[in-house]
Amino acid sequence: MLRCMSPRMATRAEKERIALLQGTLDLLILQTLRRGPLHGHAIVKEIEQRSEAVLLVEQGSLYPALHRLIRRGWIGFEEGPSENNRRAKYYRLTASGKKQLAIESGKWERMAGAIARILRPAEEKA
Amino acid sequence: MKFRRRIGHRLLRDLGADLEEHIEREARENMERGMPEAAARRAARIKLGNPARIIEDTREVWVRRWLETLLQDFTFALRMLRRTPGLTVVAILTMALSIGAATGIFSLVDATLLHPLPYAHPEQLVRLEDDLPGAGARDVGLSLPEWEDFQHSGLFQFVSPTQYDDNNLTGGRAPQQVRLLMAAPNYFALLQATPELGRTFDPNFRGPGFLTEVVISDGLWRGTFGGDPNILGRSLHMDTDLYRVIGVMPPEYHDPGRDPRERNVEVWAADSYYGPPNFVPWPRTVRGMPTAIARLRPGLTLEEAQQRMDALTAALRQKYPGDYPAAAGWRVRLVPLQASVTGEVRPTLLVLLTGVGIILLIGCVNIANLLLARTGARRQEMAIRRALGGGRLRLIRQMLTESLLLASLGAGAGLALLYGARNPLLQLLPPSLPRLNAIGAQGPVLWFTLGVTAAAGVLFGLAPALQASRAPAAAGLRDAGRGSTGARKRMQRTLVVMEFALALVLVIAGGLLLRSFSKLTTVGLGFRPESVMAVMTRMPYPNDPMTDRYRTAAQQRPFFQKLAAGLRTLPGVKEVAFADNAAFPLAHDRDNQTPPLPLRVEGWRGGDDQRPLVDQAIVAPEYFHLMGMTLLRGRELSDLDAAAAAPVAVVNQAMARRFFPDGNAIGRRFQLGRGAWTTVVGVVADARAEKIEDSDVPEIYTALYQRGAHHLVIFFRGTMNAGQIEAQVRAQVQAVDPTLPVFGTQQLPAAVAASLAQRRFAMDLVGCFAAASLLLAGLGIFGVMAYTVGERRREIGIRRAMGARGRDVVRLVLREGMTLAIVGAMLGLGGGVAAARALAGLLFGVSWSDPATFGLSAAALIAVALLGCYLPARRALRVDPMASLREQ
Repeated sequence: MLRCMSPRMATRAEKERIALLQGTLDLLILQTLRRGPLHGHAIVKEIEQRSEAVLLVEQGSLYPALHRLIRRGWIGFEEGPSENNRRAKYYRLTASGKKQLAIESGKWERMAGAIARILRPAEEKA
Repeated sequence: MKFRRRIGHRLLRDLGADLEEHIEREARENMERGMPEAAARRAARIKLGNPARIIEDTREVWVRRWLETLLQDFTFALRMLRRTPGLTVVAILTMALSIGAATGIFSLVDATLLHPLPYAHPEQLVRLEDDLPGAGARDVGLSLPEWEDFQHSGLFQFVSPTQYDDNNLTGGRAPQQVRLLMAAPNYFALLQATPELGRTFDPNFRGPGFLTEVVISDGLWRGTFGGDPNILGRSLHMDTDLYRVIGVMPPEYHDPGRDPRERNVEVWAADSYYGPPNFVPWPRTVRGMPTAIARLRPGLTLEEAQQRMDALTAALRQKYPGDYPAAAGWRVRLVPLQASVTGEVRPTLLVLLTGVGIILLIGCVNIANLLLARTGARRQEMAIRRALGGGRLRLIRQMLTESLLLASLGAGAGLALLYGARNPLLQLLPPSLPRLNAIGAQGPVLWFTLGVTAAAGVLFGLAPALQASRAPAAAGLRDAGRGSTGARKRMQRTLVVMEFALALVLVIAGGLLLRSFSKLTTVGLGFRPESVMAVMTRMPYPNDPMTDRYRTAAQQRPFFQKLAAGLRTLPGVKEVAFADNAAFPLAHDRDNQTPPLPLRVEGWRGGDDQRPLVDQAIVAPEYFHLMGMTLLRGRELSDLDAAAAAPVAVVNQAMARRFFPDGNAIGRRFQLGRGAWTTVVGVVADARAEKIEDSDVPEIYTALYQRGAHHLVIFFRGTMNAGQIEAQVRAQVQAVDPTLPVFGTQQLPAAVAASLAQRRFAMDLVGCFAAASLLLAGLGIFGVMAYTVGERRREIGIRRAMGARGRDVVRLVLREGMTLAIVGAMLGLGGGVAAARALAGLLFGVSWSDPATFGLSAAALIAVALLGCYLPARRALRVDPMASLREQ
């Protein structure tokens, strides 16, 4: 999950931030696709809406992330007509993607819980 | 993996369109929110970012991953190799030698067998070989009417006779012998060869007799003619006749000859073969065109052409039954020119290629074994990696990267070695090998090396890789890298068995070649080459025989008398004998010899239908004594057997046996061609005149002073100075006739050795391969046994503590080692039989199934195995029972 391989990493701090975002984005894409196939633009919109615009997805990093997930076999895609009769790629979750999603979201929740537990007493003290 | 990569390709290809689509949607959304179209689009583009960059980033998702793992594997492999420097050096050296050897041999094969001949459409070029199987003769040459028939057969674009010869080039500073090729005017058109200067012959020339035009080689132009810029049109005298130079062939041009002499012609002359000085009329039975080449019509395959040629010869045999007696079975074979140029070396090279292949295999097996032993030490590492989630494939890949790296380093070292040693290595090659100048590191050779390297790396890496990756994570961690699994041990033993089997194949092959060679060198030659030297000279053949000062034996006799007197005074000379060049023993260039004339033996049952062709030498009386040949019956030739006396001859025993069944040849008569009836006056013991391999070849020695000869060899026996003899003889010859060239000095022992050069080359190399394979097999068994002993220290200690004697311990070690060696040897015997049968054609005086060779080879292998077990056994003896028990 914490694999750092974006070519844009410049400083160490930036590297960590992007790396984290990237891993998170993968998780969010998997989660978004759980409810059915979507095309790229719809995925971005869905994430933005569901996070109530807190998370601003950097649209340019969506496609590398999609390809990365395809490469790992976690999502698949098919081509189909979109609303206005144009071709679009619909991405969908694969069986191993579902499994991965369960693992990742579990990990994420444990991590978020742990971070929350660490942060809470600090707030009380302050 | 591959499947996903393909998906990646497709996705990347579509990505641009996908991004456009994305922008389109975003823009539409913006417009729905009330933005003007242009602004909406711009905003959408800004939000997505630079598409080129996105595409680039996405591409890296696919590309970067495997590049990165490759780099990781590579640096890790390097680190591992550095950690075991001993093993690495041994492995690299083994690979360097075997890949270097394989590349070297392959470069020979590439240059000689694989490279097409350097002429346009070489696949159309054939040599025509006339056979008379009924007369026991092959490749007897063709006659003018046959040549005409072939030219009009519709099978060929061109047919040209080829006759390699010497000529005397005079008019320069000194008379000089030049190598000449006499062909039809269409010769160069046939080969589609072009000169570097001037032109070649007009292929449509139809005048009678010889053309007065000649083409010369670059070497002759730059040497004898000093690179004269006005060489074109310059006249030169050959064999007293006047010719004009019309062209110079480039230095890289070589004729498609069968030996170095034929490939290095200096003057090309043409004959229309009509009218004098050719035979007029020219009967079909006079095969005055020794060899011929042809270019097939385009689109005609060799098989079709051969079928149509068979039909043609069948028709001709019917039409001219008198010229083609049914019993002779006249036939014409079309031989691809490539095969005729390289035919002789082909079997030898294939044997060498196979041998080097086996060496490479043994090398791979050896390294596999070494690596396998190391996987024992690396079990822990592998187990940890697996426990940490390293996939099995990933581990195999890591191991293969290591072995490929080893193989590549070895190949690099091998190539460097080969390149560094190329000059001494080229010196080792027998000069009779065709197309030596084409040897080099060209494309196919490098591809071969690359392929062999990859194959070797995979081959010796696969067993250890599978073995290592098989280690179950938990088990490997638990026993903490101690001991070996049964599977690995089995694999190691299998490898040693394979090694022994392969080594035995090579040792048997080497043994058979060695025995053949030693048989050849100890064979009774029938003559004594020691302290014999030969110097050549040649009398001219003018085109008008009437102007020939040496036309008859009687005209030649004064020359011989004067010359002999002078030669006997030379320092160190004890004996002198003249002969024609057919009398030169083991001579390879038969082409410039007068073709043997059909033989008719008085009272022989074979009769007229089947006139055999028998080797015929023309010799002076002193020849037999000088050569050390033994007279069995009758008398030798004498000075009195001169032009005026009745024609006489000496024959060898094979001739006497074959044609005079009662065994008494003396007093019997025979006729050569349409010559005079000749009486046999003596029988000499057989000498190996043609090839050392051939015993029992009938031979007729006629009298020089009765028949005369133009191509002369002067034999000397004594203690001459090899460096001066040619100049001394030249002075003597030119004192009698200043126009005669003197050349071609040879020492007979060297000539005998040269006739075996190719065999010697093959034997030396296969011998080296065999020795190397023994060494590798010995190392292999040593490694395994040393490992086993190390592993069984405890067991051995216990046995010693329980009272086992040293002998028992040694027996323990030997039994295991010997079992491997013997099983390997048994398998190897099977391979050895196959190899020996394939070699049968190259053997001499020893049968392919020679029990002594097989037995000795197996014994050598067992001896090596014993040696390989000796050190480990000694180590086992030194095991201290107490210490080994305390160790654990």
